Amino acid sequence: MKFKTIALAALLAAAGASALFSSAALAQAKVQFFPSLTGRTGPVAPNATPFANGYADYMKLVNTRGGINGVQTLVEECETAYATDRGVECYERLKGKHGGATVFQPLSTGITFALTEKIPADKIPMITSGYGRSDSADGGVFKWNFPLIGHYWVAGDTVLQHIAKTQGGWDKLKGKKIAVVFHDSPFGKELLPILQERSQMHGFDLQLLPVPAPGVEQKAIWLQIRQQRPDFVVMQTWGVMTATAIKEAVATGYPREKMFGTWWSGAEPDLRDIGAAAKGYSAVMMQHGAEPQSTVVKDILDKVHGKGQGTGPKDEVGQTLYMRGVVGAMLAVEGVRAAQERYGKGKVMTGEQARWGYENLDLTQPKLDALGFKGVMRPVSTSCADHMGSAWARVHTWDGAKFTWSSDWLQADDQIIKPLVKNSAEKYAAEKKLARRAPSDCQS
Amino acid sequence: MLYRENGQFKTSYRDDQQVFPIRQDRIAIWALLAFAVVGVPLLADEYAFRAILIPFLILSLAALGLNILVGYCGQVSLGTGAFMAVGAYAAYNFMVRIDGMPLLAAILLGGLCATVVGVLFGIPSLRIKGLYLAVATLAAQFFVDWAFLRISWFTNNSSSGSVSVSGLSLFGLPIASPLEKYLFCLAVLVLFAWMAKNLVRSHIGREWMAIRDMDVAAAVIGIRPVYAKLTAFAVSSFFVGVAGALWGFVHLGSWEPAAFSIDRSFQLLFMIIIGGLGSVMGSFFGAAFIVVLPIFLNQALPAFGSLVGVEISTAGVAHAELMIFGALIVFFLIVEPHGLARLWSTAKEKLRLWPFPH
Repeated sequence: MKFKTIALAALLAAAGASALFSSAALAQAKVQFFPSLTGRTGPVAPNATPFANGYADYMKLVNTRGGINGVQTLVEECETAYATDRGVECYERLKGKHGGATVFQPLSTGITFALTEKIPADKIPMITSGYGRSDSADGGVFKWNFPLIGHYWVAGDTVLQHIAKTQGGWDKLKGKKIAVVFHDSPFGKELLPILQERSQMHGFDLQLLPVPAPGVEQKAIWLQIRQQRPDFVVMQTWGVMTATAIKEAVATGYPREKMFGTWWSGAEPDLRDIGAAAKGYSAVMMQHGAEPQSTVVKDILDKVHGKGQGTGPKDEVGQTLYMRGVVGAMLAVEGVRAAQERYGKGKVMTGEQARWGYENLDLTQPKLDALGFKGVMRPVSTSCADHMGSAWARVHTWDGAKFTWSSDWLQADDQIIKPLVKNSAEKYAAEKKLARRAPSDCQS
Repeated sequence: MLYRENGQFKTSYRDDQQVFPIRQDRIAIWALLAFAVVGVPLLADEYAFRAILIPFLILSLAALGLNILVGYCGQVSLGTGAFMAVGAYAAYNFMVRIDGMPLLAAILLGGLCATVVGVLFGIPSLRIKGLYLAVATLAAQFFVDWAFLRISWFTNNSSSGSVSVSGLSLFGLPIASPLEKYLFCLAVLVLFAWMAKNLVRSHIGREWMAIRDMDVAAAVIGIRPVYAKLTAFAVSSFFVGVAGALWGFVHLGSWEPAAFSIDRSFQLLFMIIIGGLGSVMGSFFGAAFIVVLPIFLNQALPAFGSLVGVEISTAGVAHAELMIFGALIVFFLIVEPHGLARLWSTAKEKLRLWPFPH
């Protein structure tokens, strides 16, 4: 009896396996394949889900607008639940599908570190907007990584600039105490070098407060903050961790006006439940924030959601993290468009060709405006040496129900960040015994 | 019919003491090995190697190590992830700090470091037993997590706390392609499995089992609990440490302490519970179950859905995967509480008597 049940189970499993292979063998049309590693479950689900929705919706919008010079886009998702090993499995699963992956956007620093070792061999570029390795902005060492429109150090620098501005200049920060609440993982620690650099330059004290993953246990840290009364708190948090931090701040009575999040720590899912109590909390946004009024959002609502093709809830369209997905997808698509200029319009680009596109991206303001990103973004232009393309940011503040802009455009200080990036990249290259790319390699 | 040992007479002790005393078993294991070395490389694609086979081999090795401690010696441990981490980080440090360090030596030295740490955290087992020991080994997990997150020397002062290795080679041969990695892991695993099988059949294995079954009685008949328990910890941590080094070097290539978190410890413990405590075979079954099944479900569910015309969302698949996986664990534990390995041996027993069961 027992064996019969097990035999039956085995039979079912075999049926499943055969179904699997038959679906994989479906005919392959001429499409540009954009894999999407999602975090729809797990500790970052509330934040990673809108990103995945935005990514998928923008790709659908591109298709209704006629594709990339006629080439249709295709998105296939694979769920990582923010776990590095599942992310690597997803990467291996998707990289060869549908004629080969164009570009990966893992939305996890852990997965980014793991994939950085794999993509050069597979010749697939990776966009890590605002996360991953900050030193990968150095295209001379990291040929396949693209931290487009900014990375942790840009966020860290601009958030400090904003604090300094509100105080009336950098010299006013001298002797002040800034506490940093960060996720105790590469994601959190990546922010620290820039803060340490600035603290040495301007003479303010840093108080480092690591929070173990997933970040729902922060009582002790906020009691410490209450005791020591730092002048400001900078938060490098993500997922459920941000909401927990702000709740604890409310409970301990730390003023929200003195709390500043980085790019990943200031979005609607973090603050919606806290509502008015979180009023005054700010976060630095690289390029975009919540953009419900932008043309691209109206287009998506009209042409994608209006046709019943939308991914996820309609009322989240245009929110901060949804926009981040949209911007990520736009950068992925525009890189391919740039590559088509060189390798042939209307053709499907390989990962290697797309990489050239990302390295020679030139998104001018008229181009961005035409795509519907007027007021959302400033120009982005990359080169062989600079894989980041832009270092603009703004700060937005929660008014109790939504985010509003509370600063002008800020630009991260190249004088400080460039040497940091270069040193760190050199160290990586030395450890890996990599040679810097020759200038001739920039043409390929 | 085929699986019958009639007529296989053993005329010497040597014959009687072989690893596989039945001829059919020997043939089967050689065939399996031949298939793994020759057949699999011909059949498997890159995805199968990287996402399924290599993790399976490495985690089998870790499960085997843990099984020696928990299954054979009866010392419950929740510090497996920690010992893997020690193996990985120690091997990493040998690799970065000593120029020209050969890969294999670094991995084995990593294993040795894990052995030292394992023995250190095994000392409480002399006074603490059962679930209390599990809690004590949990301390190892937290301590090691803390050490690799906080002490930047271990990570070669990497600003993010993440370390990476590349350009692996063995005796001048590169270990870069999935096939090379697979064969390397397979060779290590076969060697270690053979070692484990022989260890548990030897006097030291019998000491472990005596301690497991009743430590007071074992002490009365002259087995030193200190020696038996600490050797179990040592051998187990060595295996686990080597597995950890392989996991970091060969599978991930770049890792952070989260790769060896408490979840990894639980995962390995579940592997041997489901696979079968006190069985070398069980470690393999358990690893296969826990590594392969979730990935299989994750891919089969959408395919199944499309067969019956239902489109399942990504999140839906992830949730269903967890539910079905959980249900299957419960199912197997009810059907066979002693693990998949027991099912296997029952099947073999039935085959031997077939067609006349009694």
